[in-house]
Amino acid sequence: MTDFLLELRSEEIPARMQEKAREDLARLFAAELDKAGIKAAETVTYATPRRLALIARGLPEQTEAVREETKGPRVGAPPQALDGFLRKTGLSQDQLVERDGVYFAVVEKPGRATADVIADAIPAIVRAFPWPKSMRWGEASLSTESPRWVRPLQGIVALLGGSVVDCEVAGVRSGAATVGHRFHHPDPVTIGGADDYAVKLRAAHVIVDGAERRAIIGEGARNLAADAGLALIEDEGLLFENAGLTEWPVPLLGRFDPDFLDVPPEVIQLTARVNQKYFVCRDAGGKLANAFVCVANISAKDGGAKIVEGNRKVLAARLSDARFFYETDLKVPLEQQAEKLKNIVFHEKLGTVADKVERVAKLARWLVEQGIVGSDLPLPLAGEGRGEGAAGKPEAQTSPVPDSPSPNPLPQAGEGYLLADLAERAARLCKADLVTGMVGEFPELQGLMGGYYAAAQGEHPAVAEAIRDHYKPVGQGDEVPTAPVTVAVSLADKLDTIAAFFAIDEKPTGSKDPFALRRAVLGCIRITLENTVRTCLLRTLDVLWVPVAETINTAEERRRDALADYAIAGGSMMVAFGKADAVVIRRGAYSSDAHDSRSYDLLNFFADRLKVQQREAGVRHDLIDAVFALGGEDDLVRLLARVKALQAFIGTEDGANLLTGYRRAANILKKEGHDSPLPAARGDYTPEPAEDALIHALAVAEPMAAASVAAEDFAGAMAALAALREPIDSFFETVTVNDPDPAKRAARLALLARMRDAVHKVADFSRIEG
Amino acid sequence: MILTLHDYWSARGCLILQPYDMRMGAGTFHTATTLRALGPDPWNAAFVQPSRRPTDGRYGENPNRLQHYYQYQVILKPSPPDLQELYLGSLAAIGIDFATHDIRFVEDDWESPTLGAWGLGWEVWCDGMEVSQFTYFQQMGGFDCKPVAGELTYGLERLAMYIQNVDNVYELKFNDADGNSPQFSYGDVFHENEVEMSTWNFEVADTDALFDLFRKAEAECRNCLDHGLPIPAYEQAIEASHVFNLLNARGVISVAERQAYIGRVRDLAKGSCQAWMEKNGWAA
Repeated sequence: MTDFLLELRSEEIPARMQEKAREDLARLFAAELDKAGIKAAETVTYATPRRLALIARGLPEQTEAVREETKGPRVGAPPQALDGFLRKTGLSQDQLVERDGVYFAVVEKPGRATADVIADAIPAIVRAFPWPKSMRWGEASLSTESPRWVRPLQGIVALLGGSVVDCEVAGVRSGAATVGHRFHHPDPVTIGGADDYAVKLRAAHVIVDGAERRAIIGEGARNLAADAGLALIEDEGLLFENAGLTEWPVPLLGRFDPDFLDVPPEVIQLTARVNQKYFVCRDAGGKLANAFVCVANISAKDGGAKIVEGNRKVLAARLSDARFFYETDLKVPLEQQAEKLKNIVFHEKLGTVADKVERVAKLARWLVEQGIVGSDLPLPLAGEGRGEGAAGKPEAQTSPVPDSPSPNPLPQAGEGYLLADLAERAARLCKADLVTGMVGEFPELQGLMGGYYAAAQGEHPAVAEAIRDHYKPVGQGDEVPTAPVTVAVSLADKLDTIAAFFAIDEKPTGSKDPFALRRAVLGCIRITLENTVRTCLLRTLDVLWVPVAETINTAEERRRDALADYAIAGGSMMVAFGKADAVVIRRGAYSSDAHDSRSYDLLNFFADRLKVQQREAGVRHDLIDAVFALGGEDDLVRLLARVKALQAFIGTEDGANLLTGYRRAANILKKEGHDSPLPAARGDYTPEPAEDALIHALAVAEPMAAASVAAEDFAGAMAALAALREPIDSFFETVTVNDPDPAKRAARLALLARMRDAVHKVADFSRIEG
Repeated sequence: MILTLHDYWSARGCLILQPYDMRMGAGTFHTATTLRALGPDPWNAAFVQPSRRPTDGRYGENPNRLQHYYQYQVILKPSPPDLQELYLGSLAAIGIDFATHDIRFVEDDWESPTLGAWGLGWEVWCDGMEVSQFTYFQQMGGFDCKPVAGELTYGLERLAMYIQNVDNVYELKFNDADGNSPQFSYGDVFHENEVEMSTWNFEVADTDALFDLFRKAEAECRNCLDHGLPIPAYEQAIEASHVFNLLNARGVISVAERQAYIGRVRDLAKGSCQAWMEKNGWAA
C-alpha cells in the first residue's frame, strides 16, 4: 500500500470555483482509478488560490491482473463473421481459444504499476476538468485545440510514495518541487510525499487546508472586533471568499470616517462586502460601527499598518461614491423616478415596468376594497363564513377592477379608504427605486432603497415599509410580511407576475423557471397562510386577465409600430394584422360566466407548490390532492385546515377503517361503471338491519358533515364521517350487494354511491394513497 | 513613473508606442491592442492611453473616480509563461514594497461587448485598491486569439496615489517643485476639466447631434469597409463606441435600446477585425 500526492499549481484560481474544483478533482481521480480497478482507502483534497491538491491514501502498488474473455462466432460460422471478430479483437485465428464449438478471444492483462495508471490519469483529469470557464494561454494557444485550464497551469507535483510519477500536461512536466507563498517564500519547495506536503508548505507560508484558513479568518476577525469593543457581523460567504483569496490569511481591523454612517447601513455593508470583501461590525448598541475587517495575504513587516491605511482609503472612496448616489437619489421624488419606468421593459411581450405598476396598483387597492386584505388581519378561520370559496361572487362590485384610481370609492369604513389608498400609493412607488443610481449600482438593494427614499420624502410609514418589503419573502428563511399594506402590495405584485407570464405561456418547465414563478407562488402561499389571508384565488386571478391582456396588446402594438418604422413595404399590413390579433385576445378575456380557465390552470400550479411547501411540515401531498380534487377550493387557508383535519382523521382507527370501507364501495361501483352519483333506488323489499342502519347513519351524517364544512369546522365534518364507519363495516359483513334480485342490487348499489358521495363532500378519498 | 514603466518594458522587448489620438474608453481600443491581438505574429508593446468614461464623471468630487484618466497598457503576444512575475517586477520597479503591501489577484473576467472580445484574468489589488487589469485575451472582434495575448492595464492615477501616499487624486503632485518652478497638483491640471466635462457629459451634450454623429460614424465605417480599409473603418468603430458612451451618460438610451446600440457598435468592430484578418490573409 502506498500514498499519492498530486498538486496542480496554476495562476490564481477564482475563489468561488475552489470548493467545486476539489470535489471534481476527487471525483475524476476516483473515476480514473476505477477504470484500472483500483481504489484509494481515503482521499483528501485541498484548494488554495494557486493550487489544487489531492492526497490519496492506501493505494495498491499494482493493479490486479485481468483476464478478459470475449465470445466470438461458432466454429464453422461464415468466414466474414470470423474476420470481423478478428478485426475487432486484433488477434489472429491461432490466438483464439476454442471451447464447446465456439471461438473465444482471451486477453490477459497483466497487473499494471499504479504509477503508470496515474501517469495516464493526470492528463486525462486535466482534459476532462469541468471548470465553469477555462482558457488557453502561451505559445501553445496558436491552436485552439491547446490544453485548457482555469488559468495558466504552472506546475505539477505527482508523488507516489516518494517517487515522481512522470507525466506532462500542457507543456508542464511533473516533478517533486512546488513553490511557497508568492511573497513570503517564492523559492522552490521540494516535497517528499503525501505526508510532508502540508507541513512543508506551511513552513513556506502556505496553509493548504481551506477550512483552516477560514477558521483563522473567522477567529481572527472576531477577536479583532472584540478587542475594539465591537461584534463582528458574521458572513459565511465572505469567509469562503477570503479563504479563497489567501494562502496566508491575516485579518486586520480598520476604521472609516464616521460621517459615512449617514448612508443607510445596508449600503455600507454591501459596499464593503461586494466591492471590497470586508467584514463589518456592530457597536455595543447593535448599530453598524465605523469599522471594517479586511484580510491580507501576508504578514506585513509593519504589522499591516500600510495595508489597513490603503484599504481604508479605498473604502472611503467607495463609500463616497455610495453617498454620491444616495444624495443624488434623494433629490428626485419617487413619483418622478416612477415616470422613468415607462422606458424600462419588463418583458418584451409584457410591456414596461410602468404597465406592471399600473396593474399592481389597481390589484392592491382591489384586494383591500374586497376585504381580502384588511386592517383586521388576520381574520378568524371558523365562524365567519366569509364567501363560499369558489362560489363567492364579487359582492356589490360591478366592474372587477376600477378603471381609474377610484374617484368614488366604495362606501366603507374610514380606515378602509385609508388602507386602500395607502396600498395603491405604495404599489405606485414600489418599483421607482429601480431607476435610482443606488439600485443601478447595487441591484440587490431594490426595495430597501425605495423604502429609505419613501421615508425621506415623508410618505406614510406603512407605505415606506410596503415599498421596502414587497419583494419578500425571497428565500426560504426570509421573513414574511405581515403589515396589511405590505401584504396587499406584495401579493398583488407576485400574483400579477405569475398571471402575466402564464398569459404569454412562459410557464416553468422542469428545472427551468427563468422568471422565478415558482418562488413567486411560494411567496404568495406563505403570505397567505402565515397571515391567514382569505384569498379567493380564482376570483382574484380572474380580475387580472383583462388588464394583463390589455398590456400584452399594447406591447404588441408598440412592437409592431416600431417594426413598421423600419419596414418600408408591408409594414402597414403587419400593423393591421396585429390589431386584429389584439381584439381576439381581449374578447377571450371578457368571457366572465364561470372562472377563467387560466385561473384554474394557475390554481393547479399553486396546488403543486403547496404540496412541495407543505411536505416539510409533514402534510401529505395526496391529502392536498384529495381536497383540491373537490374542485373550486381556492382559499388556501381553508384548504389547508381541511387537509390537516383529514390527515388527523385518516390517522385514527375510525378514519383508516372508513377509508377501507370507502374503497370497497368505490371499487364495486367502479366495476359496475357507476362513477357518477346514482339516483336513489328504493327496492320494494324490507332492507336488512345493517342496510337500514347505514341508511339512517347517512341521513344523520350527510347534513352534519355539510353543516360542519360550511362552518369551516373540518374536525366536525370528519367526526360526522366517523359515524359511518361502524354501519359500513357491518353492511359489508352481512349484506350481499350482488343480490340475484335486480331491485335489491340496484338499491344497494345506489346506497353505496350515496355513501361514497357523502364522503366526497368532505374530501375525494380516491386520491388518498397507501 | 511612466518613464520607469517604459524602461522596464522596453528592456523586456516591448515596443514603446504613443497614445492613439482618438477619444476612447480604454487602452484596449488602441489598434496596437485590438488589431494586433489578432493573427499569429508575435507582438510586444507598451504605451500610455488617455481614457474617457463619461459615466464615471463625478464633477471632481470623488477622490478617485474620473471621467478622463490615463492607462498604461502592455500587450504581450503570445503570453509569456512568467507574465505574473514580469508584472510584479514592474510594480516593484515603480516602488511598491511587497513586504508591506498586500497584492492580490482577484477574479475578473473581462468582456467588451462593443469589441466582441473577452478574456480571463484578474483585477490586481494593492491593499484593496484595483491598480491593474490582467487579462489573457481569448477572443477579439469575435475571432479566437491564436495565440493568446496577455494584456496588462495599469491605472496610473491610482498607482501614483499609492506611491505618493495621498487620499485624493487631485492632491497628487504633478511635478517636484524646486525653488524656481511652482508646485502643480493633479487638481491644478485637471480639476476644472473634470467639473466641466462631467457637466457636459451628463447635462449639456447635444443628444440630437450625438445621435447624428453615431449614424455618421456607422455609415463611414461601412464606407471604409467597402473600400477594403480596415484601419480607418476601425477608427469609426472607436468613434461610434465613444458617442454611444456619451449618449448613455446623457441617459437617453433606454434599457431596451441599449443592447441594440451595443450590437451596432460590435458589428462595426467585428467588421473591421474581419477585414483586418482578411487583408493579412489570416484564417479565422
